[in-house]
Amino acid sequence: MTRFTKLTAAALGLTLLGGAAFADGHIDAAIKARQAQMQLYGFNLGVLGAMAKGDVDYDAATASAAADNLLAAATLNASIMWPQGSDSGAAKSRAKADMWSNYPDVQAKGMALVEAATAMQAAAGGGVEGIRGAIGAVGGACGACHKAYREPSS
Amino acid sequence: MRRFLTNLTFFVVLGFAVFWFITRPESFADDALAGLTADTSRGETVFHAAGCASCHTAPGVDSKGAPVLSGGQRFPSDFGTFIAPNISSDPTHGIGEWSALDLANAMKFGTSPDGQHYYPAFPYTSYARAEVQDIVDLHAYLATLPGDATPSQPHEVGFPFNIRLAMGGWKFLFFSDEWTIGAPNEQLERGRYLVEALGHCAECHTPRGPLGNLDNSAWLTGAPDPSGKGRVPDITPQTLGWSEGDLAYYFESGFTPDFDSSGGHMAHVVENLGKLPAQDREAIAAYLIALP
Repeated sequence: MTRFTKLTAAALGLTLLGGAAFADGHIDAAIKARQAQMQLYGFNLGVLGAMAKGDVDYDAATASAAADNLLAAATLNASIMWPQGSDSGAAKSRAKADMWSNYPDVQAKGMALVEAATAMQAAAGGGVEGIRGAIGAVGGACGACHKAYREPSS
Repeated sequence: MRRFLTNLTFFVVLGFAVFWFITRPESFADDALAGLTADTSRGETVFHAAGCASCHTAPGVDSKGAPVLSGGQRFPSDFGTFIAPNISSDPTHGIGEWSALDLANAMKFGTSPDGQHYYPAFPYTSYARAEVQDIVDLHAYLATLPGDATPSQPHEVGFPFNIRLAMGGWKFLFFSDEWTIGAPNEQLERGRYLVEALGHCAECHTPRGPLGNLDNSAWLTGAPDPSGKGRVPDITPQTLGWSEGDLAYYFESGFTPDFDSSGGHMAHVVENLGKLPAQDREAIAAYLIALP
Protein backbone atom coordinates (compact mmCIF):
# COMPACT_ATOMS: atom_id res chain seq x y z
CA MET A 1 0.00 0.00 0.00
CA THR A 2 1.42 3.40 -0.93
CA ARG A 3 1.83 6.19 1.54
CA PHE A 4 -0.88 8.09 -0.30
CA THR A 5 -3.51 5.38 -0.04
CA LYS A 6 -2.61 4.85 3.63
CA LEU A 7 -3.20 8.52 4.30
CA THR A 8 -6.44 8.48 2.35
CA ALA A 9 -7.63 5.43 4.26
CA ALA A 10 -6.73 7.07 7.58
CA ALA A 11 -8.48 10.29 6.62
CA LEU A 12 -11.55 8.41 5.46
CA GLY A 13 -11.54 6.48 8.73
CA LEU A 14 -11.41 9.70 10.69
CA THR A 15 -14.23 11.16 8.64
CA LEU A 16 -16.41 8.11 9.31
CA LEU A 17 -15.60 8.25 13.04
CA GLY A 18 -16.43 11.95 13.03
CA GLY A 19 -19.74 11.21 11.36
CA ALA A 20 -20.48 8.50 13.91
CA ALA A 21 -19.54 10.82 16.79
CA PHE A 22 -21.84 13.50 15.47
CA ALA A 23 -24.70 11.03 15.10
CA ASP A 24 -24.11 9.65 18.61
CA GLY A 25 -24.08 13.17 20.02
CA HIS A 26 -27.36 13.93 18.33
CA ILE A 27 -28.93 10.73 19.62
CA ASP A 28 -27.71 11.32 23.18
CA ALA A 29 -29.08 14.86 23.07
CA ALA A 30 -32.45 13.61 21.83
CA ILE A 31 -32.56 11.02 24.64
CA LYS A 32 -31.75 13.75 27.20
CA ALA A 33 -34.47 15.97 25.75
CA ARG A 34 -37.19 13.31 26.04
CA GLN A 35 -35.99 12.38 29.53
CA ALA A 36 -36.38 16.07 30.43
CA GLN A 37 -39.94 15.88 29.10
CA MET A 38 -40.54 12.89 31.42
CA GLN A 39 -39.13 14.96 34.31
CA LEU A 40 -41.69 17.66 33.52
CA TYR A 41 -44.47 15.07 33.72
CA GLY A 42 -43.10 13.73 36.99
CA PHE A 43 -42.66 17.12 38.67
CA ASN A 44 -46.10 18.44 37.76
CA LEU A 45 -47.82 15.15 38.56
CA GLY A 46 -46.01 15.23 41.89
CA VAL A 47 -47.67 18.57 42.71
CA LEU A 48 -51.11 17.19 41.81
CA GLY A 49 -50.46 13.83 43.43
CA ALA A 50 -49.38 15.35 46.75
CA MET A 51 -52.78 17.09 46.90
CA ALA A 52 -54.63 13.95 45.79
CA LYS A 53 -52.91 11.92 48.52
CA GLY A 54 -53.61 14.62 51.13
CA ASP A 55 -49.91 15.22 51.82
CA VAL A 56 -50.33 18.90 50.84
CA ASP A 57 -53.38 21.18 51.21
CA TYR A 58 -55.33 21.77 48.02
CA ASP A 59 -54.65 25.06 46.28
CA ALA A 60 -56.59 25.84 43.11
CA ALA A 61 -54.00 28.14 41.51
CA THR A 62 -51.10 25.72 42.09
CA ALA A 63 -53.13 22.75 40.90
CA SER A 64 -54.18 24.58 37.73
CA ALA A 65 -50.61 25.64 36.99
CA ALA A 66 -49.40 22.05 37.37
CA ALA A 67 -52.21 20.71 35.18
CA ASP A 68 -51.49 23.37 32.52
CA ASN A 69 -47.83 22.35 32.52
CA LEU A 70 -48.71 18.68 32.30
CA LEU A 71 -50.87 19.26 29.23
CA ALA A 72 -48.26 21.55 27.65
CA ALA A 73 -45.59 18.87 28.12
CA ALA A 74 -47.91 16.19 26.71
CA THR A 75 -48.60 18.24 23.57
CA LEU A 76 -44.96 18.90 22.64
CA ASN A 77 -44.14 17.52 19.22
CA ALA A 78 -42.20 14.50 20.42
CA SER A 79 -41.36 13.03 17.01
CA ILE A 80 -37.94 14.71 16.71
CA MET A 81 -36.91 13.49 20.18
CA TRP A 82 -37.24 9.81 19.16
CA PRO A 83 -34.77 9.40 16.24
CA GLN A 84 -34.05 5.99 14.73
CA GLY A 85 -31.19 4.34 16.59
CA SER A 86 -32.08 5.77 20.01
CA ASP A 87 -33.51 2.48 21.35
CA SER A 88 -32.12 0.36 24.19
CA GLY A 89 -30.23 -1.90 21.79
CA ALA A 90 -28.34 0.95 20.13
CA ALA A 91 -28.09 3.72 22.73
CA LYS A 92 -28.23 4.52 26.45
CA SER A 93 -31.98 4.39 26.70
CA ARG A 94 -34.64 2.08 28.12
CA ALA A 95 -36.88 2.54 25.06
CA LYS A 96 -37.60 -0.81 23.39
CA ALA A 97 -36.88 -1.05 19.65
CA ASP A 98 -40.52 -2.21 19.24
CA MET A 99 -41.54 1.45 19.51
CA TRP A 100 -40.20 2.16 16.07
CA SER A 101 -41.98 -0.79 14.48
CA ASN A 102 -45.32 -0.06 16.22
CA TYR A 103 -45.53 3.64 15.55
CA PRO A 104 -49.36 3.90 15.23
CA ASP A 105 -49.74 2.22 18.63
CA VAL A 106 -47.16 4.54 20.21
CA GLN A 107 -49.04 7.50 18.75
CA ALA A 108 -52.38 6.21 20.11
CA LYS A 109 -50.83 5.81 23.54
CA GLY A 110 -49.47 9.36 23.33
CA MET A 111 -52.93 10.64 22.41
CA ALA A 112 -54.37 8.82 25.43
CA LEU A 113 -52.02 10.86 27.62
CA VAL A 114 -53.11 14.11 25.92
CA GLU A 115 -56.75 13.20 26.59
CA ALA A 116 -56.08 12.35 30.23
CA ALA A 117 -54.07 15.56 30.70
CA THR A 118 -56.86 17.59 29.07
CA ALA A 119 -59.36 16.11 31.53
CA MET A 120 -56.96 16.89 34.37
CA GLN A 121 -56.65 20.50 33.23
CA ALA A 122 -60.44 20.85 33.21
CA ALA A 123 -60.73 19.31 36.69
CA ALA A 124 -57.72 20.64 38.59
CA GLY A 125 -59.10 24.10 39.44
CA GLY A 126 -62.38 22.72 40.80
CA GLY A 127 -61.24 20.96 43.96
CA VAL A 128 -59.19 18.03 45.16
CA GLU A 129 -61.91 15.51 44.24
CA GLY A 130 -61.48 16.55 40.61
CA ILE A 131 -57.76 15.76 40.79
CA ARG A 132 -58.45 12.40 42.43
CA GLY A 133 -60.90 11.58 39.66
CA ALA A 134 -58.55 12.55 36.83
CA ILE A 135 -55.18 11.27 38.06
CA GLY A 136 -56.01 7.58 37.57
CA ALA A 137 -56.38 8.02 33.82
CA VAL A 138 -53.09 9.92 33.64
CA GLY A 139 -51.35 7.10 35.52
CA GLY A 140 -53.01 4.57 33.22
CA ALA A 141 -51.72 6.42 30.14
CA CYS A 142 -48.15 6.59 31.55
CA GLY A 143 -48.28 2.92 32.50
CA ALA A 144 -49.70 1.75 29.16
CA CYS A 145 -46.65 3.03 27.30
CA HIS A 146 -44.15 1.98 29.98
CA LYS A 147 -45.70 -1.48 30.10
CA ALA A 148 -45.25 -2.06 26.40
CA TYR A 149 -42.14 -0.12 25.54
CA ARG A 150 -39.83 0.44 28.51
CA GLU A 151 -37.06 -1.96 29.51
CA PRO A 152 -36.55 -2.68 33.23
CA SER A 153 -34.06 -0.40 34.99
CA SER A 154 -30.64 -1.78 35.79
CA MET B 1 -21.87 -64.17 44.11
CA ARG B 2 -25.43 -65.18 44.61
CA ARG B 3 -25.60 -63.04 47.73
CA PHE B 4 -24.12 -60.15 45.75
CA LEU B 5 -26.80 -60.49 43.05
CA THR B 6 -29.54 -60.55 45.67
CA ASN B 7 -28.15 -57.41 47.24
CA LEU B 8 -27.79 -55.76 43.84
CA THR B 9 -31.38 -56.60 42.92
CA PHE B 10 -32.54 -55.26 46.27
CA PHE B 11 -30.77 -51.93 45.77
CA VAL B 12 -31.93 -51.59 42.16
CA VAL B 13 -35.54 -52.20 43.22
CA LEU B 14 -35.12 -49.82 46.14
CA GLY B 15 -33.62 -47.26 43.79
CA PHE B 16 -36.59 -47.48 41.43
CA ALA B 17 -38.99 -47.26 44.37
CA VAL B 18 -37.28 -44.11 45.66
CA PHE B 19 -37.19 -42.68 42.13
CA TRP B 20 -40.88 -43.42 41.69
CA PHE B 21 -41.69 -41.93 45.08
CA ILE B 22 -39.68 -38.77 44.45
CA THR B 23 -40.83 -38.10 40.89
CA ARG B 24 -44.51 -39.07 41.10
CA PRO B 25 -46.90 -36.13 40.56
CA GLU B 26 -48.95 -35.52 43.72
CA SER B 27 -52.65 -34.76 43.70
CA PHE B 28 -55.67 -34.44 45.98
CA ALA B 29 -58.00 -37.31 46.80
CA ASP B 30 -61.10 -37.29 44.56
CA ASP B 31 -63.37 -36.07 47.37
CA ALA B 32 -61.01 -33.35 48.66
CA LEU B 33 -63.35 -30.51 47.66
CA ALA B 34 -66.56 -32.16 48.90
CA GLY B 35 -68.89 -29.72 50.67
CA LEU B 36 -67.29 -26.56 49.27
CA THR B 37 -69.53 -24.22 47.26
CA ALA B 38 -68.24 -21.66 44.80
CA ASP B 39 -68.71 -17.87 45.08
CA THR B 40 -68.07 -16.29 41.67
CA SER B 41 -67.62 -12.72 42.92
CA ARG B 42 -65.03 -13.82 45.51
CA GLY B 43 -63.44 -15.74 42.65
CA GLU B 44 -63.00 -12.50 40.73
CA THR B 45 -60.99 -11.04 43.62
CA VAL B 46 -58.85 -14.19 43.71
CA PHE B 47 -58.35 -13.87 39.92
CA HIS B 48 -57.01 -10.32 40.25
CA ALA B 49 -54.95 -11.07 43.37
CA ALA B 50 -53.37 -14.09 41.65
CA GLY B 51 -52.58 -12.05 38.53
CA CYS B 52 -53.85 -14.73 36.11
CA ALA B 53 -54.53 -12.26 33.30
CA SER B 54 -51.03 -10.74 33.44
CA CYS B 55 -49.48 -13.86 31.93
CA HIS B 56 -52.36 -15.68 30.23
CA THR B 57 -53.74 -12.92 28.00
CA ALA B 58 -52.26 -12.67 24.49
CA PRO B 59 -49.10 -10.55 24.17
CA GLY B 60 -49.73 -6.81 24.01
CA VAL B 61 -53.51 -6.82 24.42
CA ASP B 62 -55.06 -3.95 26.34
CA SER B 63 -56.87 -4.76 29.53
CA LYS B 64 -60.31 -3.51 28.56
CA GLY B 65 -63.40 -5.66 29.05
CA ALA B 66 -63.41 -9.30 30.15
CA PRO B 67 -59.94 -10.81 29.84
CA VAL B 68 -59.45 -13.36 27.04
CA LEU B 69 -57.00 -15.90 28.48
CA SER B 70 -55.80 -17.25 25.14
CA GLY B 71 -52.12 -17.49 26.17
CA GLY B 72 -49.07 -16.94 23.99
CA GLN B 73 -46.88 -14.65 26.13
CA ARG B 74 -43.26 -15.81 26.14
CA PHE B 75 -41.21 -16.18 29.32
CA PRO B 76 -37.47 -16.56 28.71
CA SER B 77 -35.38 -18.29 31.38
CA ASP B 78 -32.00 -19.97 31.80
CA PHE B 79 -33.69 -23.28 30.95
CA GLY B 80 -35.54 -22.29 27.78
CA THR B 81 -38.56 -20.21 26.86
CA PHE B 82 -41.92 -21.04 28.41
CA ILE B 83 -45.07 -20.00 26.58
CA ALA B 84 -48.19 -19.31 28.63
CA PRO B 85 -50.98 -21.72 27.61
CA ASN B 86 -54.59 -20.99 26.77
CA ILE B 87 -56.60 -21.13 30.03
CA SER B 88 -59.78 -19.62 28.60
CA SER B 89 -63.09 -21.43 29.02
CA ASP B 90 -62.79 -23.05 25.57
CA PRO B 91 -63.44 -26.79 26.13
CA THR B 92 -60.83 -27.98 23.62
CA HIS B 93 -58.00 -25.44 23.62
CA GLY B 94 -58.64 -23.87 27.03
CA ILE B 95 -59.55 -25.39 30.40
CA GLY B 96 -63.33 -25.25 30.05
CA GLU B 97 -63.58 -28.98 30.81
CA TRP B 98 -61.52 -28.78 34.00
CA SER B 99 -63.15 -29.53 37.33
CA ALA B 100 -62.36 -27.41 40.39
CA LEU B 101 -60.28 -30.39 41.55
CA ASP B 102 -58.19 -30.22 38.36
CA LEU B 103 -57.52 -26.54 39.04
CA ALA B 104 -56.65 -27.28 42.67
CA ASN B 105 -54.19 -30.02 41.63
CA ALA B 106 -52.60 -27.63 39.14
CA MET B 107 -52.27 -24.72 41.57
CA LYS B 108 -51.45 -26.60 44.79
CA PHE B 109 -49.28 -29.43 43.41
CA GLY B 110 -48.24 -28.35 39.91
CA THR B 111 -49.91 -31.50 38.55
CA SER B 112 -51.92 -31.51 35.32
CA PRO B 113 -55.26 -33.36 34.90
CA ASP B 114 -53.44 -36.17 33.05
CA GLY B 115 -50.95 -36.51 35.89
CA GLN B 116 -47.91 -34.66 34.50
CA HIS B 117 -45.66 -32.18 36.28
CA TYR B 118 -45.97 -28.53 35.31
CA TYR B 119 -42.88 -26.39 35.01
CA PRO B 120 -42.70 -23.79 37.78
CA ALA B 121 -42.89 -20.95 35.23
CA PHE B 122 -46.51 -21.48 36.30
CA PRO B 123 -46.06 -20.27 39.89
CA TYR B 124 -47.67 -23.17 41.75
CA THR B 125 -44.62 -22.86 43.99
CA SER B 126 -46.47 -19.81 45.41
CA TYR B 127 -50.07 -20.89 44.77
CA ALA B 128 -49.37 -24.01 46.88
CA ARG B 129 -50.10 -21.73 49.88
CA ALA B 130 -53.54 -20.73 48.53
CA GLU B 131 -56.75 -21.69 50.35
CA VAL B 132 -58.67 -24.47 48.59
CA GLN B 133 -61.86 -22.41 48.96
CA ASP B 134 -60.22 -19.60 46.95
CA ILE B 135 -59.39 -22.05 44.15
CA VAL B 136 -62.99 -23.31 44.07
CA ASP B 137 -64.18 -19.68 43.79
CA LEU B 138 -61.59 -18.92 41.11
CA HIS B 139 -62.69 -21.96 39.12
CA ALA B 140 -66.26 -20.63 39.07
CA TYR B 141 -65.09 -17.17 37.98
CA LEU B 142 -62.87 -18.52 35.17
CA ALA B 143 -65.93 -20.29 33.73
CA THR B 144 -67.64 -16.90 33.29
CA LEU B 145 -64.81 -15.56 31.07
CA PRO B 146 -64.91 -15.87 27.26
CA GLY B 147 -63.58 -18.96 25.47
CA ASP B 148 -60.93 -18.67 22.77
CA ALA B 149 -59.85 -21.40 20.35
CA THR B 150 -56.18 -20.38 19.98
CA PRO B 151 -54.13 -23.57 20.51
CA SER B 152 -51.50 -23.51 23.27
CA GLN B 153 -47.91 -23.48 22.00
CA PRO B 154 -45.35 -26.02 23.20
CA HIS B 155 -42.60 -24.69 25.49
CA GLU B 156 -39.22 -24.16 23.83
CA VAL B 157 -37.17 -26.10 26.36
CA GLY B 158 -34.21 -28.28 25.36
CA PHE B 159 -32.73 -31.45 26.83
CA PRO B 160 -32.56 -32.31 29.72
CA PHE B 161 -35.16 -29.81 30.95
CA ASN B 162 -37.76 -31.18 28.52
CA ILE B 163 -38.04 -34.34 30.65
CA ARG B 164 -41.03 -33.45 32.80
CA LEU B 165 -40.50 -36.37 35.15
CA ALA B 166 -37.30 -34.66 36.34
CA MET B 167 -39.55 -31.91 37.74
CA GLY B 168 -40.52 -34.45 40.39
CA GLY B 169 -36.97 -34.38 41.69
CA TRP B 170 -36.96 -30.60 41.57
CA LYS B 171 -40.20 -30.45 43.52
CA PHE B 172 -38.82 -32.95 46.05
CA LEU B 173 -35.83 -30.67 46.65
CA PHE B 174 -37.39 -27.22 46.48
CA PHE B 175 -41.18 -27.28 46.63
CA SER B 176 -42.72 -26.21 49.93
CA ASP B 177 -46.00 -24.66 51.04
CA GLU B 178 -44.49 -23.20 54.23
CA TRP B 179 -44.73 -19.44 54.86
CA THR B 180 -41.47 -17.53 54.63
CA ILE B 181 -42.16 -14.64 57.04
CA GLY B 182 -44.06 -14.63 60.35
CA ALA B 183 -47.39 -12.76 60.47
CA PRO B 184 -48.21 -11.61 64.03
CA ASN B 185 -51.54 -9.88 63.27
CA GLU B 186 -54.54 -10.16 60.98
CA GLN B 187 -53.44 -7.45 58.53
CA LEU B 188 -49.97 -8.98 58.15
CA GLU B 189 -51.55 -12.39 57.70
CA ARG B 190 -53.69 -11.06 54.84
CA GLY B 191 -50.67 -9.24 53.38
CA ARG B 192 -48.59 -12.39 53.60
CA TYR B 193 -51.34 -14.39 51.90
CA LEU B 194 -51.49 -11.85 49.06
CA VAL B 195 -47.69 -11.56 48.66
CA GLU B 196 -46.49 -15.13 49.29
CA ALA B 197 -49.45 -17.12 47.94
CA LEU B 198 -51.72 -15.44 45.36
CA GLY B 199 -49.58 -12.45 44.31
CA HIS B 200 -46.48 -14.67 43.84
CA CYS B 201 -44.25 -11.56 44.19
CA ALA B 202 -41.18 -13.62 45.08
CA GLU B 203 -41.20 -15.39 41.72
CA CYS B 204 -39.64 -12.27 40.17
CA HIS B 205 -38.38 -10.26 43.16
CA THR B 206 -36.34 -13.05 44.81
CA PRO B 207 -33.06 -14.30 43.30
CA ARG B 208 -32.81 -17.93 42.15
CA GLY B 209 -30.18 -20.61 42.64
CA PRO B 210 -28.50 -22.55 39.81
CA LEU B 211 -31.45 -24.92 39.44
CA GLY B 212 -34.01 -22.14 39.31
CA ASN B 213 -35.02 -22.53 42.96
CA LEU B 214 -35.88 -19.38 44.93
CA ASP B 215 -33.19 -18.33 47.43
CA ASN B 216 -35.42 -17.76 50.46
CA SER B 217 -32.50 -16.32 52.45
CA ALA B 218 -32.59 -13.34 50.06
CA TRP B 219 -36.39 -12.99 50.14
CA LEU B 220 -37.67 -10.14 47.91
CA THR B 221 -34.21 -8.57 47.62
CA GLY B 222 -34.39 -8.28 43.83
CA ALA B 223 -33.08 -10.39 40.97
CA PRO B 224 -31.91 -10.11 37.37
CA ASP B 225 -34.86 -9.51 35.05
CA PRO B 226 -35.64 -12.83 33.30
CA SER B 227 -35.57 -11.02 29.94
CA GLY B 228 -31.82 -10.61 30.44
CA LYS B 229 -32.08 -6.82 30.53
CA GLY B 230 -32.05 -4.84 33.78
CA ARG B 231 -33.10 -5.96 37.26
CA VAL B 232 -36.29 -6.60 39.16
CA PRO B 233 -35.90 -4.27 42.17
CA ASP B 234 -35.14 -5.08 45.79
CA ILE B 235 -38.40 -4.30 47.63
CA THR B 236 -37.23 -4.74 51.22
CA PRO B 237 -37.91 -1.54 53.19
CA GLN B 238 -34.24 -0.70 53.97
CA THR B 239 -33.31 -0.60 50.29
CA LEU B 240 -36.52 0.65 48.72
CA GLY B 241 -37.05 3.41 51.28
CA TRP B 242 -40.75 3.92 50.53
CA SER B 243 -43.34 4.55 53.27
CA GLU B 244 -46.36 2.30 53.77
CA GLY B 245 -48.51 5.05 52.21
CA ASP B 246 -46.15 5.31 49.21
CA LEU B 247 -46.51 1.58 48.59
CA ALA B 248 -50.30 1.56 48.84
CA TYR B 249 -50.54 4.58 46.51
CA TYR B 250 -48.21 2.89 44.01
CA PHE B 251 -50.39 -0.22 44.00
CA GLU B 252 -53.46 1.93 43.39
CA SER B 253 -52.10 4.42 40.85
CA GLY B 254 -48.84 3.03 39.47
CA PHE B 255 -47.01 6.19 40.61
CA THR B 256 -43.73 5.89 42.50
CA PRO B 257 -43.03 8.49 45.25
CA ASP B 258 -41.26 10.68 42.66
CA PHE B 259 -44.10 10.19 40.15
CA ASP B 260 -42.39 7.95 37.72
CA SER B 261 -44.87 5.24 36.70
CA SER B 262 -44.72 1.47 36.80
CA GLY B 263 -43.64 -0.22 33.59
CA GLY B 264 -42.97 -3.61 32.10
CA HIS B 265 -44.58 -6.57 33.79
CA MET B 266 -45.16 -4.59 37.01
CA ALA B 267 -47.64 -2.39 35.12
CA HIS B 268 -49.80 -5.54 34.74
CA VAL B 269 -49.47 -6.16 38.47
CA VAL B 270 -50.58 -2.61 39.28
CA GLU B 271 -53.63 -3.03 37.02
CA ASN B 272 -54.57 -6.13 39.02
CA LEU B 273 -53.91 -4.55 42.41
CA GLY B 274 -56.03 -1.53 41.43
CA LYS B 275 -59.02 -3.92 41.25
CA LEU B 276 -58.59 -5.17 44.83
CA PRO B 277 -60.18 -3.55 47.88
CA ALA B 278 -58.06 -0.73 49.39
CA GLN B 279 -57.47 -2.72 52.58
CA ASP B 280 -55.82 -5.48 50.52
CA ARG B 281 -53.35 -3.00 49.01
CA GLU B 282 -52.71 -1.66 52.51
CA ALA B 283 -52.12 -5.20 53.79
CA ILE B 284 -49.51 -5.83 51.08
CA ALA B 285 -47.82 -2.54 51.97
CA ALA B 286 -47.84 -3.49 55.67
CA TYR B 287 -46.26 -6.88 54.88
CA LEU B 288 -43.48 -5.28 52.82
CA ILE B 289 -42.74 -2.69 55.53
CA ALA B 290 -42.52 -5.51 58.08
CA LEU B 291 -39.87 -7.40 56.06
CA PRO B 292 -36.45 -7.74 57.71
